[in-house]
Formats: sequence, C-alpha cells, structure tokens
Amino acid sequence: MNESKKNLLEVKDLKVSFFTPAGEVKAVDGISYTLGYNEVMGIVGESGSGKSVEAYAVIGLLQNPGKVVGGSITFEGEDLLSYDEEQMRGVRGKDISMIFQNPMTCLNPVYTIGNQLTEALTCHDTSISKEEAWNRAVHMLQLVGINNAEKRMTQYPHEFSGGMRQRAMIAMALIGEPKLLIADEPTTALDVTIQAQILDVMKDIQKRVNTSIIFITHNLGVVAEVCDKVSVMYAGKIVEQGDVNDIFYDPQHPYTKALLASMPRLDEGEHERLIPIEGTPIDLLDPPQGCNFGPRCKECRKICLSKKPPYAETGNGHISACWLHFMEGAKQAGSGEEA
Amino acid sequence: MADVNERKKLLEIENLKKYFAVKAGFGRKQYVQAVESVSCHIFEGETLGLVGESGCGKTTLGRTIIRLYEPTSGRIVFDGEPIYDSEKKVAVPMLPYRRKMQIIFQDPSASLDPRMTVGEIVGEALDIHGLYKGKTERRERINELLDEVGLNTEHSNRFPHEFSGGQQQRIGIARALAVEPQFIVCDEPISALDVSIQSQVINMLEDLQEQKHLTYLFIAHDISVVRHISNRIGVMYLGSMVEMGESYELCNHPVHPYTKTLLSAVPIPDPVKTRSRQRQLLEGEIPSPINPPSGCRFHTRCPYATERCKQEFPKLREYGPGHYAACHLLEEKGV
Repeated sequence: MNESKKNLLEVKDLKVSFFTPAGEVKAVDGISYTLGYNEVMGIVGESGSGKSVEAYAVIGLLQNPGKVVGGSITFEGEDLLSYDEEQMRGVRGKDISMIFQNPMTCLNPVYTIGNQLTEALTCHDTSISKEEAWNRAVHMLQLVGINNAEKRMTQYPHEFSGGMRQRAMIAMALIGEPKLLIADEPTTALDVTIQAQILDVMKDIQKRVNTSIIFITHNLGVVAEVCDKVSVMYAGKIVEQGDVNDIFYDPQHPYTKALLASMPRLDEGEHERLIPIEGTPIDLLDPPQGCNFGPRCKECRKICLSKKPPYAETGNGHISACWLHFMEGAKQAGSGEEA
Repeated sequence: MADVNERKKLLEIENLKKYFAVKAGFGRKQYVQAVESVSCHIFEGETLGLVGESGCGKTTLGRTIIRLYEPTSGRIVFDGEPIYDSEKKVAVPMLPYRRKMQIIFQDPSASLDPRMTVGEIVGEALDIHGLYKGKTERRERINELLDEVGLNTEHSNRFPHEFSGGQQQRIGIARALAVEPQFIVCDEPISALDVSIQSQVINMLEDLQEQKHLTYLFIAHDISVVRHISNRIGVMYLGSMVEMGESYELCNHPVHPYTKTLLSAVPIPDPVKTRSRQRQLLEGEIPSPINPPSGCRFHTRCPYATERCKQEFPKLREYGPGHYAACHLLEEKGV
C-alpha cells in the first residue's frame, strides 16, 4: 500500500455475530481491509460468506440479532462504531450510501421517484431549496441514463422497468455525492444487457464524482470488469486479497483458484470439463477448528484441519491465508497473525 | 458438420405459438404473445441451449414443447410421432409421453412438495407409471436413483427442507430420471444455486447424459453456462427465435445484431480481456409482448433496421452449416 495516500475507509479485524437461538453465528470473523480514495474494491463470495453483513456493518444497518463484536471501522479518521444512531444518520446517504440488490423492495411504492430523490438531498441539507433539489435530481437521472427525466420524476416506481429502477436507486445513492458507495449485488437481479448498461453508468459516474466503491458480488466477470482490487471471502473471512490482475492471473489461495476453475467461461475453447468445488459451505454455527475451507480443499494437509492459517504476503499487497505458503518455503512476509 | 442431416431428430417443432389471454377491462381480452412462430429441432443425444433475456419466452417455449402449457397453434413431433398439430387437430393424451419427456424446474425448493419425503417424491412417478412389481423393487429403484444423483439412501425418509439448495436440485433431477425419460427440459436448473455448487450440478447433468443417452433442452439466462453445456444454442428475443447454431460457432461468429449485443454484454472473468472489449449497448427497453412491434420484433432497438424490418416478420434461414438466423439484412447482403 502506498503510505502517502490517505485511506478513505479502514476496516480492522471486524467481527460481526448473529446471536440466534441455536447459538452464535460468526458471520464476519475478523476481516481487515483499506479502501483508498477513488478506488473500487470488489468483495467476492458465495451466499453466506458474510460479504453483505460486512457492508451492513460499515453503513450501520445491522439488524437484530446481528452485532459488531469486535474490531474497528474508521471512515476518514472517524471511528464509525462510536457513532450513535443520530450521528450515523448524518453520515448515511451523505458520505456513505448504498445500492441494494432488489430495487423494488427499496423504493417506496407510494412516493414518486422525484419525491424520493429530492428527499435524499433535503434531509441532509435543509438549506437547499425545493427547486434546486428538483433540478439536481433531474440532472442525476439524466446522468444515469434515464431519458425523459423531467417526466420520470413525477412517476411512481411501478412505472419503471427493473433496469430503470436500479438506475433510479443508483441516482438516489449518488445524489448526495457520497465519498463511499456500497453496491450490494446491484446487477444480480438484472439481465446481462441491462447489467452492462448499469456497470457502464457506475464506471462513468465513479470517474465524474470521484466516489470510492465497495462492489459486492458473486460474479467474477463483473469484478474483472469494474474493480481495482478484490477481496475473496469464504465463511466470514477474507481468504485472499489483492490487485485485480493479481487475483485473476496469479491467484494464491486454493479457494480462489478453485472458484476460477469451476466457472464456465464464454471465452473457453473446445469443451473443457469444469472442475467443481466438492462438498458444501461450512455450517457457521459449528465452524471447523482449522481452516474454514479445509474440508473442501483439494490440497488440505494435517495442519489445515487443526489450526487457522495466517496471512502470507506475496508482494504488492497481495495476501492469502493458507498454510501452503508456509510449507513450500515461500517467503513469509506475513505478520503471522491469525487470520 | 457433414452428418447434420443424417442425425435423428428426436423432437421437431414447427411454427409453435403460445398466447396467454389477459383481461384488458370492459370484457375485452388481450393476448401476451409469449412464443411466436418458433420452429426448431433437437437431435437425439444432444443438448440444445436456449438463451435470452427474462421475458423472452424461453421458459414458456420449454413448457409448451412438453405440453405443460397447451400450445395455441403449431406442430410438435416427438420421436417421429406428432403429439400436437393444430391443423390436423391432433392432441394426443400426454400420459404415455410423460415417461419420455421430463422437466427439471428452476427453483428446487418451490418445485418439491414440502409435505412429502424424498422417497415419496421420487417414488410418485414410479407409482403413476407402474414401474415396479413389489415394494422391495420400488424401494431399490428409489435408492438407485438417489445414488445416481449423489444423495445417500438414508435421505429418502427426509423432507425437502432438510436439504441445501444443491441437494434439493438433485432430488428434482432424481424425480425427472425416475421414469427413464429420453428427453429432459432443464429450465434454469442451476440459476438458484451458489457458484461453487453450480459446477457440481453441471458436471452431473453431463455425466447422466452420457450414461443414459439423454437429450436436453437447456434453458438459462447465463450464456457462459449454456455455451459450456450445449452442442447447439438458440437465441430468443421477445418470443421469437432470432438465431440458432453450433454453440462454438454461434458464440464466436454471431450474425444476428441481437446476438452480437447479447454476447458483448457478458462479462468475462479476465480483467484485461473484458476491459478491452468493444461493447454494443442497446437503446431503450424490451417492448411489451402484449403489443409487440410489427415485422421483426427487434426492429425498434436494432441499429440497422430498415423499412422492410418494420413490415415483414423475418424467417430463420441457413447462413452456414447448421447456422440459422432470422434477419432481413443478412438475407439482402447474401452472407
């Protein structure tokens, strides 16, 4: 990491647990990362890997019985975890905003799009006149590629198609020109053609308003397209983290490798058989003693089943939590702390 | 492929249409033209993939082919015998054909009865078609089926909710296999599954196809998956088939403007490749299938549309060996 560049967001050893009647579920179990200004980070993982929970913790929207049980979230030098609900409301939607997966459930069906867009502005800054808010909202809708923006402002969410609703969500998230945008599977519910449009809009806007983005998805193709760096999550932990090119061309962790090998690709040659990841994700109520991926890993050794692996660094901020790095005499630049 | 004409066609459909009636108020009726004049065939032992955006009619086509939906008009021939023909007024009883044609549904949790055990779910098909002689044979057959899809025989006394999504989909597959069908419609069988589980199910479907000489109609919106599993691919847009061909050929040399856009929108998990690609974006939204555009259904969004495209519905024509497309421009250019 470049030391001179101040980080926008620093998450350190974040732990989030859900206290369910069946026991404590460690949904996020000690993850750390930094996000610079104007940077796009992808968080990849299967459902249940904790990628969304982590994002909800950052924006302070964790619902009961979820609780942050350890670690810190520092946003522009401020400790977000020490904020109360009132202070958090001042941050949310202004400095940090979020795009959700399903736009239909996140837009209020009884208010017009214009009403909801301007509200995002006026609730943070009462000095803005109605007219100015309206004009900025229209401009924002045009930016995300909605034609006839003036007319669209007076319409209700049900009059929008799926792709347009998602654009309206993006417009709403970006209207306050946040420093950080969290996009939680923003294109998963959409068709590829619409997905391509939305990704273009996001890339374009990111350049214009200099927003940092945390992009949560399970689609590696999307990650390859928009992200600068990538964190791969498995069962509540970041197993590998690095520059997007390093992750795709030089993956270190067996899970990342397996994930890449198991995906059918449009650019593959003649028929190649997929190499699946055998087994199923672990039960978070009863996590294994050793590496979480151990039971499904093809290169699993004895130590993998008894001790959690530490991170090893392979240069350029590329880290991977796997015992194999320490066995083959690979250089041990990692701090040796438990992952 | 030289032997294209010699291979046996297991299924043939001609001008198949499926309209759904919807109320338009004041006692009037309108029709959702979900499938419009689709003709195609599926060779024995192959996998035909169907791709297209949501609402393009690919699921409706799949269900109409096996007559889960009664076709509005057209002709369906299975294994040389017509099972539906609107002109000759043929509509055979489907029960004997249900043994030959089966379907795997998209959402495994919604397509399994929560109050039946796995054994009952898989065994029900055996009961209906009387495929066993005694209780022990039934029991053995169910265990055999569960084993084939990678489940334990102890699982047969459990209920669907006790299984993960991937396992539930395996139960759905076992149920489809119970009657030893020749042809299976796989309707988005892996869309609801996690990435790491998807490849397990894809490989299993491929293995089963090889062992049992199955023929698949594989419907999915994920083109990478369809490209992987299919021998040939059909591309649908707003109820009509716009292009069809060998999967490698179609993905590498698409000819229809819609297929080109669709393929260019698929992200590839390779940062350098995917960022350097030229992407063609479509303007506008998909028109409503209740009142679809006249002529070529794609003309409202096609950058090359001419007057003729607005008037005349293009028919599928062959442009290369086994490579069909429905586009007036290609015809005029004489590609």
